[in-house]
Amino acid sequence: MAAFWHDPNVRMVFWALVKILVILQAMLGVVSYMIYAERKIAGHMQARVGPNRVGPLGLFQPIADVAKLFFKEEFIPDGANKVIFHIAPMLAVIPALIVFSVVPFGPQDALRVTDLNVGLLLFLAMSSIGVYAIVLGGWSSNNKYALLGGLRSSAQMISYELPMGLSCIPVILLAGSLSLVEIVRMQEHWWFVATPFGLLAFAIFMITALAETNRAPFDLPEAEAELVAGFHTEYSSMKFGLFFLGEFANVISISCIAVTLFLGGWNGPWLPDAFKFVWFFLKLAALLFFFIWVRWTYPRLRYDQLMNLGWKVLLPLALANVLVTAIVVWWRAQG
Amino acid sequence: MTLALFAAFAALLVGCSLMVILHRNPVASALFLVLAFCSLAGLYLLLHAEFVAMVQVIVYAGAIMVLFLFVIMYLNLRHDVEQGIAVAVRRGAGWILGILLLAETVAFFKGRWAEGPVSAPDLAPVAGNTQAIGQVLYTRYLFPFEITSVLLLVAMVGAVVIAKGRGPGLHPAAPAADAAADAKAAAPDHAGGEA
Repeated sequence: MAAFWHDPNVRMVFWALVKILVILQAMLGVVSYMIYAERKIAGHMQARVGPNRVGPLGLFQPIADVAKLFFKEEFIPDGANKVIFHIAPMLAVIPALIVFSVVPFGPQDALRVTDLNVGLLLFLAMSSIGVYAIVLGGWSSNNKYALLGGLRSSAQMISYELPMGLSCIPVILLAGSLSLVEIVRMQEHWWFVATPFGLLAFAIFMITALAETNRAPFDLPEAEAELVAGFHTEYSSMKFGLFFLGEFANVISISCIAVTLFLGGWNGPWLPDAFKFVWFFLKLAALLFFFIWVRWTYPRLRYDQLMNLGWKVLLPLALANVLVTAIVVWWRAQG
Repeated sequence: MTLALFAAFAALLVGCSLMVILHRNPVASALFLVLAFCSLAGLYLLLHAEFVAMVQVIVYAGAIMVLFLFVIMYLNLRHDVEQGIAVAVRRGAGWILGILLLAETVAFFKGRWAEGPVSAPDLAPVAGNTQAIGQVLYTRYLFPFEITSVLLLVAMVGAVVIAKGRGPGLHPAAPAADAAADAKAAAPDHAGGEA
């Protein structure tokens, strides 16, 4: 038994599993309290109070919400493709969770699951897999509104993946690495967001992040005025809960990546190395607030406006940005 | 450990590839193809080709198959009900070609099979194989690489020309808006059909 424990492979797998467990639990906690925060902030933005009945300041509201979701009636529509109907909500959550495996929360090895040398690509891969949840959920429901929502989302997410990928390229060029840890290390003295092209890339990244997570003003796949509830029209109970969880998990994972790529990750003044992770979570909280803020401030785009913005504004802008950054990086390397 | 993972990914890959051609529902076939691509990415990872693995997922599973799925859902393909002599001929041709391909593959690999694992000795020392790929792509394979990009450009121009329609004035709206209108017009149709 002792020999088994001293095998480095076994230890690595064990610690990875422990970290995954911790991140998973923390993520679920953050998601439930982000929903609470969203309702509170929305309330205050609309000059009302928000949830305040369950527990002090309504702090137990998320627990009550989840308990309610579990006890709701589960409904599967007639003629739905049952297998895919069940798989789709899982697909909404899993890719978002996988992204956390490459996020460096702090400078220590203990604060990340792994340092993959293609960590950034893993994030892009997972965000492109995330489309399936919505497309399949919409299609398998056998409901025309759900299908329309699914079709819209596939068009929207494919369109916005391109500028999102392109807005990551300036960071790769500046850092010279695809590893997220390395990217953060390169920002020790100067965050990438504080360079002109970094700022533009950050702006493009955040806009596409809103679109990729289907948050307002890009929540067309679930536009309730036209599509009832879009792709999750037929979902109830905890399956709906999973879509909900997936959306928020996506918001959090994409914000983590934004913090890592542009806002310097764990880097920040004053704190000793052991507490650098506090900076990461402060920046993360700021970005999460940004997501909520935007949602309750801007009206939804029309479909053709959405496509125009993606293809005719963001894509050329991101391409030009890549070109300029490449020239600057090359010029610096020369001189 | 590596062997067990290889066996798992390989079995998944073979199983999924079989399901792609054996399943009657085209959407399920497409999904099995996605899974096959992902297990192939797993095999690449085992070869320490992380970059190729991720690009495999991004390009094939994430982009191309979503478009495939989009088209399949759009067309609302019915379950395969074709019968008759044409199917028999096609099936026979498929068997013959399949066996030929298998024979060729076996013949091709027979001489090289026992040489051991193909390591990449001159690529390994570089920090990551991403850099190695970049270096090779922009030096030794620069010309084919550029040709490929021109090819893609040609395909893109072709797509734009087709999307623009025949002659001026027929499609005044932007292609994106057109697609939206098409989706709206076509969707109730297949929503009514069996999912």
